[in-house]
Amino acid sequence: MDRDMLLKSLTELDFMAVDIGLFLDTHPTNKDAIAAYNKIVKAADTVRVKYEKIAGPMCSFRSINRCEDAWAYAADPWPWCADANYSISEEECC
Amino acid sequence: MWIYEKKLMFPVKIKCPDARLAKIMVEQYGGADGELGASVRYLSQKFTMVTPQARAVLNDIATEEFAHEEMMGAITCQLLCGLTPDEIVKGGLDAYYVAHGQGVYPSSAAGVPFSACALQSKGDPVTDLYEDLAAEKKALKTYDYLIDLTMDPDVLKPLRFLREREIVHFQRFGEALDIVKNYLSETKVFDMSSAETKK
Repeated sequence: MDRDMLLKSLTELDFMAVDIGLFLDTHPTNKDAIAAYNKIVKAADTVRVKYEKIAGPMCSFRSINRCEDAWAYAADPWPWCADANYSISEEECC
Repeated sequence: MWIYEKKLMFPVKIKCPDARLAKIMVEQYGGADGELGASVRYLSQKFTMVTPQARAVLNDIATEEFAHEEMMGAITCQLLCGLTPDEIVKGGLDAYYVAHGQGVYPSSAAGVPFSACALQSKGDPVTDLYEDLAAEKKALKTYDYLIDLTMDPDVLKPLRFLREREIVHFQRFGEALDIVKNYLSETKVFDMSSAETKK
């Protein structure tokens, strides 16, 4: 998968984890939600490792800086730039 | 503490700068019912909230609202980028431009700077959760109005995503309010005899 595909996959998985996590805040004994949450977090972790290998570190104090000569976290692009984001088709969105 | 992750919660990829849209989008960046106010409101209220569930809801929604604030900043930034002086004047952005250039500044669409006067932290769990339910409804209506005035599909996609989150947050705050009300109405029994024997 290329960078955009990995970013899309990671964004979707992290979003699911955020949403189910919020559900679990008020339903802390829901076993189905806990199982879904754990499954998604594991999948997201796998994608995150792959994405960071291509696109560089995502976090300033939790990611390994694989490049020995430069602090890759601070390199462009930053996520508020249009170039850093992937396109979403109309059908996928609405 | 917080962890910054170098991605948006939902992608913002705008192809056409637009002065008129930039002028109104700042409403959700720094307006009374915007994402910054929501985040600071919940973050402040969590310190005096009761029940673990309601504390978690406030903490986690405050965190998510800050990710939404970054998205609204990205929308505003991308709409501002590359505008000509002529486009700025025609789009009614001239008053904003002379104060902030192409910078992103937390103010309402009418130019009123962000103020904590738009939010409360009352130190009472039930009062605060009712305020939060109202805040989510107000943010939802603001997204409805922004969507009414937006034609660009690149702007509509993230706006629709953010609008839906307000509905989910309203639901979670409603559940938190039920949990807190049940907790506060529980009959509490104090065993005075055990206190006596300790003396």
